[in-house]
Order: sequence, then structure tokens, then C-alpha cells
Amino acid sequence: MATTGAGVDRKREGKAGGLLTVRGLTKIFGTLKACDGIDLSIGRGEIHALLGENGAGKSTFVKMLFGALEPASGEILWKGERVSISSPGAARHLGIGMVFQHFSLFEALTAAENIMLSLDEKTPILKIAERARELSKAYGLPLDPFAHVGDLSVGERQRIEIIRCLLQKPDLIILDEPTSVLTPQEADKLFETLETLRDEGKSILYISHRLEEVKRLCDRATVLRHGKVVAHCDPRKETATSLARMMVGDEVQAVKRAAGGSGGEVLLEVAGLARPAANPFAVPLRDIRLAVRSGEVLGIAGVAGNGQGELFEALSGEVLQESAASLRIRGKDAGRLSISGRRLLGAAFVPEERLGHGAVPQMRLSENLLLSRHVTDGRALVGPLWTVRGGALAKAAARIAAAMDVRKGGDDPEAAALSGGNLQKFIIGRELDRQPSVLVVNQPTWGVDAGAAARIRQALIDLARSGSAVLVISQDLDELFEISDAIAVMHDGRLSAPLPIAEATFEKIGLLMGGAEPGHHAGAPLETA
Amino acid sequence: MLESILITIATAATPLLIAAIGELVVERSGVLNLGVEGMMVMGAVTGFGVTVTTGSPWLGVLAAVLVGAAFSLLFGFLTLTLVTNQVATGLALTLLGLGVSGMIGEAFIGMPGIKLGSIAIPILSDLPYVGRFLFRQDPLFYVSILLVAGVAWFLFYTRAGLTLRSVGDNHDSAHALGISVIAVRYGAVAFGGACAGLAGAYLSLVYTPQWIENMTAGRGWIALALVVFASWRPWRVLAGAYLFGAVSIGQLHAQAIGVSVPSQFLSALPYLATIAVLVLISRNRRLTMVNTPACLGRPFVPAR
Repeated sequence: MATTGAGVDRKREGKAGGLLTVRGLTKIFGTLKACDGIDLSIGRGEIHALLGENGAGKSTFVKMLFGALEPASGEILWKGERVSISSPGAARHLGIGMVFQHFSLFEALTAAENIMLSLDEKTPILKIAERARELSKAYGLPLDPFAHVGDLSVGERQRIEIIRCLLQKPDLIILDEPTSVLTPQEADKLFETLETLRDEGKSILYISHRLEEVKRLCDRATVLRHGKVVAHCDPRKETATSLARMMVGDEVQAVKRAAGGSGGEVLLEVAGLARPAANPFAVPLRDIRLAVRSGEVLGIAGVAGNGQGELFEALSGEVLQESAASLRIRGKDAGRLSISGRRLLGAAFVPEERLGHGAVPQMRLSENLLLSRHVTDGRALVGPLWTVRGGALAKAAARIAAAMDVRKGGDDPEAAALSGGNLQKFIIGRELDRQPSVLVVNQPTWGVDAGAAARIRQALIDLARSGSAVLVISQDLDELFEISDAIAVMHDGRLSAPLPIAEATFEKIGLLMGGAEPGHHAGAPLETA
Repeated sequence: MLESILITIATAATPLLIAAIGELVVERSGVLNLGVEGMMVMGAVTGFGVTVTTGSPWLGVLAAVLVGAAFSLLFGFLTLTLVTNQVATGLALTLLGLGVSGMIGEAFIGMPGIKLGSIAIPILSDLPYVGRFLFRQDPLFYVSILLVAGVAWFLFYTRAGLTLRSVGDNHDSAHALGISVIAVRYGAVAFGGACAGLAGAYLSLVYTPQWIENMTAGRGWIALALVVFASWRPWRVLAGAYLFGAVSIGQLHAQAIGVSVPSQFLSALPYLATIAVLVLISRNRRLTMVNTPACLGRPFVPAR
């Protein structure tokens, strides 16, 4: 059962010969206490989970352990001695290695050069390449030391990070959300590697918000919420539900889904959409075909970097298609139309990146609203001589904020001043406010807290049930299973035939994500390549 | 005839080459220093002044290198420590250098200078056709070639060079690895300044051994263009410098044999060539990715 608050499990610590003990670690950004008095201890040969929602303070906490951030107060004991970790170099020197969530690799350098940079000793590059190759073989992580990182997939980049970390012979390895970019099968492989490492006596701090993998892999868990430790527990004795409750509290309401409507008219249709790779790191789109009917949510799953971004750009009109007929919105050819042209047909688009793509960070919410709607709602928002109707704009912005429960500091703050979840609610609300008949969303709840995510998912379902066609691209399988009527999978620029939600299982989708059934087009016409 | 043309091309190319190879190292570390012209002209006036005062051109060269480096450290302090805008600071450095050098140089106008003598390498310098061009040159010519070879070796075959490239590629990751981004950049900036100072000394001690105000005449800008032209590869800087040198010498020879090409067009050629190269390399994203320092011109402020 969970021991709450500051009660560190001392018995266990003694037995395992406490490798790392943290007491009262605190970090303050402005007025926000990102980490508030965190206590934690990790023994030798232990996989310790750090659980928490996005924004709970997990990343801030490990950055302090790795010397990338300076704690405001609190102490860190390493092998029983009090230490101050002033830089990542100091952390490595102590024997703490880290595999970052957003990779810290140099794209212009080769894998071996990347590894060489993190080793202190002066070893010739060929020797490093040889050792990396041996290690990669020993742990089943195939790797070409002389490949340029920029050419590699995310899974391969993660292997470099892990091998780089292992070559430093650390006692403690910190992994920050390592499976968020992997297929279920790749993740299994990673778990095997981690278990091997544990059996060799290394300790692992495993950061995640995926409960099933924590239950499967980890010996102990520390749960964070709003920067505070809410529980220390043994994840194997907990259920996924009880862990989830610790993580998010009682704020989450389940998304309600009425029976899926099908058989409506096709509002969004893609046929034979192809696009060559724009640069060596992009994925070419190959003969994409899909149809979304009125009243339907189609989910598109896939490991990051398999063409989802390219597909979104093609659908939204950021990149035009070769043939006008390859994309039809409400029955009209739209492949050669600009973004505004597509919006005028009744489509709406929400890109993946909130800041810088979905909204201009330094502009106010109302100004951001005008930027996306000045064509479609020209008459309402823009007056004679192209002057902006400030009153109408402010009213619309307030309406959207109220409808989506956007919590903001001022009346009309800058987009960058909002938290991720609130800005995402505003951006989605901005499109929903138009009652679009087609909505295309990329990663609707990435990095958004649980409460906001539930709200956004509900809004997407409600829009579909009111007769619109909704296409959701997401890497979060749980989310897709929660809201979709059918799920199709992108792999290597191809889209599988959609699986109706009643037939879809994690396993089937996982296999498709790994590319197990290339060219799987059960319902669609066969490819003629 | 051919040999003397080659020699004049080398005189035109060497100052470009020295300044550009220094700026290449600066840019590889992710810093854009537009003050090359200013540092060069400071080197020219210092080199000349110290030479006529002490009578030793070697002391002049040394002083020019030190002043170039000191001037660049001013840029480094502003952009790296105080995190000012690199483009604006670099332009200011150029204007400052032109102004200060004009003021210091007032006293030296019209004075006869001392030319740095050439060094002949025995036997090799008697080779037909290329002997005089390759082996009976001023010492800075040899230095320029050694600099290119040294920089190429340093950047791609040493660990320190790898560290420098990593800082230019992704300074946040480099910081996370425990590399001192700011220290690496200070070093690169100082090296670039020293090279620019040396290039300036070449102008006032070899090219035309006298002091004329603004005697760099835009060579600092050509050096900057050269770095991009060479897509940040040392040996391509060498090729580019000799190409640009040939263009400016060709202008004189064309006039001599009566072909009239507007001189303005010829002086614009290096920039036109740079634009053409920029267009070509931008089409090849892979080439750009591997060679262009991704952090070029981006200020680095570590989060604490």
C-alpha cells in the first residue's frame, strides 16, 4: 500500500544499500513551485518509477539530479554522502547518466562522434565505434556508429542515447519518457534491456505516465502531482486505476461517447495522395486514401515521424497537392486550394505545435483569433477599409474562452502567457467556434494536463456527433481508443485501412505501427505501383 | 607570364584566405561575427604602425595578431557574456574599427613602409613554372596554407574540433554534456580575430607596404561571403579565395589587353558567386544540414 507524504521507506533503503536519497528538493520558477519539497530514495539494482501527469514536475526534478537546473533548496545524498551537482558533467562524474526525452544529440555528427563527446577519456574514435558496436550487440540494440544522426529514426536515436549513457558506466540511469516515441514492440525490447541492466546491479529512474509499463517494469514508484510527492508505493500491488487516481487526483471525468454515427455523407476524402520527401529527414507520403463521414471520428495512430506531420501539412494546405482531386472537402476538389480556400469550404485545422504554429506566442489571444479567421469570418471581424472590429473580436475571444473553460491571467493575455493546456483549449475552441464541417487535428492533447485533455476530447466527440467529420492524428493510443470510431495506422508514409473501433485492439494497432503488415489495405483498392 | 599571374593571384587571395579561415572557425562554433572588416583594418594599421616605429615587420605582424584578437574579444564580451545581438554588434565592430584605424593611422599616412621579405625554399623554388609561385613567397603565404591544413585537421580529426563543431550544431545539447559553450566560443572568436588581424597585416606589410585609410576596401566582407561560399569547409575556402583572387586580378589583366568589363561588375562578382552558391547549397538540404552550423548566430543563455 502507498505510504504517503514524506515517509521514505527506510527499511527498503537500508536493505538495498541506498544509492541516492533526495530530501526536500525544491525548484521555483517565478511564482510557480515546479518542485515542492520532494523526497525520494533509490536503492541499488532497483527500477524506480517517477509517475506524474505532464507538468507535475518530473522533468524539473530529474534536471536537478542531472545538474542541468539548480535546486532552490533541499539536499541530494549520493552513496550516503551529501553532494551538490552543479553541472551535467559533475552528474556524470558521480555516475549518473541520463537519456533525455527530447534527444540531446547532434544531428550533423555521426553516432560515434556523438558518443565520443560524452566520454571524458581520450579514446580514438575507431575504438569508441568498436565498443559501441559491442555494447549494442550485447544489449540487442543494433546501431551503425558511422551513420549521421540526422538520417536516423527516433528509435535509432534513442539507442544512441542509451548506448552513450551505458559507455559511461553509470550507477544510476535516468530515462525520461523513453517509450513515448517507440512502438509497443520496440518498447518491449527496451524493457528487456532495462531488466538486464537491473540484474547487473544498475539502478534506473524511470519517468513515465504510462501506468501499464510502470506496473510491469518497476520495483517502486514515487508519484508526483503539482510538484509534490503524493505517494511512494509498490506499483505491482496497485491497480492502474489506483495509480491514475494518485497521479491526477479526482479532477478527471470520463469522456462520454454516444454510439458512433456512421453512414453519413463523406465530408473529407483523400484518394491517391502522394508527396515526395521534402528533405532527407522527412517521410514521403505514399498513396494515402481515407474517407471521413459526417458524424465520425477517424483516428490516425503511428509512431512519431512516420509521415503524420507531412499528412497534416498536405490536408491543411500548408503544402499543395499535385492533383486537385486527391483531396475533396465536402465533395469539392481541394488539392490545389490554399489554407484559406480550404477553410472557406468549411474545414478547420489544428496543428501539432501550439506555440509558433497554432498561435503566435507574442500576440494576444484576440489577435491570434483574427489571424486564423480573418478570411472565413471576414465580415464579422473586419470592417470597412480593412480595419479590425475590436469589439466583435474581443467578444468572440471571450465566447471561446468561456465555452472551452480557458483559464487565463488577464482579459486578453499573450498566447505565450497561457499554460499549454489552456492555450490548446483556446486554439481548439477557436476552430470549434466556427462549427466546421471538417476538423483535422494533429496531437490534440500532447503535453496537456488530464483535465484539459478530457475537455478537448469531449469537444471533439461532440463536434462529430453534431454532424461534422473529425480526423485526429495522435501518438496517444489510449486517446484514440477513447474517441475514435475507427483507427487507421501510419507507417513509413503509408496509411493502413481503418479498423472499426469494435475490431481494434492494442495488439493489432501495435503490429501495424511497427509495419508488420505493409500495404495492408483490406477495404481500399489495391495499390498499383 | 603564367607564373607572375599566379603570384599576383596569390597576393590577392592570401588576405582573403587568412581572414576567412578564421571566420570559418568562429562560425563553426555557432557565432556570426560580422566585424571581420573592422578587425582586419585594425590589424592593418597596427601592423604598419608597429613596423615603422620599431623597424621590425615581424613585431608588426605580432602586434596585428594581438590587436585583432583583442578587438574580437570585445565582440565576444558583448555577444557572449552580455548576450547582445550578434549581427548588430558585428556591424558596430566594423564601423568602430574603420573609425579608430583612421584616427590612429592619421600619423602614418604617406610614410614609406617596410615590406615583409619573401622566403625562398632551396631547390624547390627553382622548379619550373610553379617554383616561384609555391616556394619563393612571403612568409604569410606559407602561414595561410598551414592555417587551412591546421584548421581542417583540427576540426575533423581532433577531439577539441569535435567539441567546437558540437557547440555550433546544438549548444543546448553541448551544455547538457558539460561542455562550456561560452568558453569554446570565446576561444573561437579570439582565433577569428587573430586571423583577421593577420590578414590586415598582410595588406599593410606585403600587399601595399603603406597605410591608406580604409585600405581593407571590403575584403572583410568578401571573407565573410567566402565562408558561406565554401559551405564551411576549410579546403573549399582555399579554392574560393584563389577563385575570388583570380577574379580581381583578371580585372586588371582584362583592362591591360583592352577588354572592357565594367570594374564595378567585377568587384561585385564575389558576392554574385556567393549568392549563386547559396542558392545551390540550399537546394541540397543534406549538404546544408551536415555543414551549416545549426546554431549560427543564436545567442546561448543556459537555464539555471
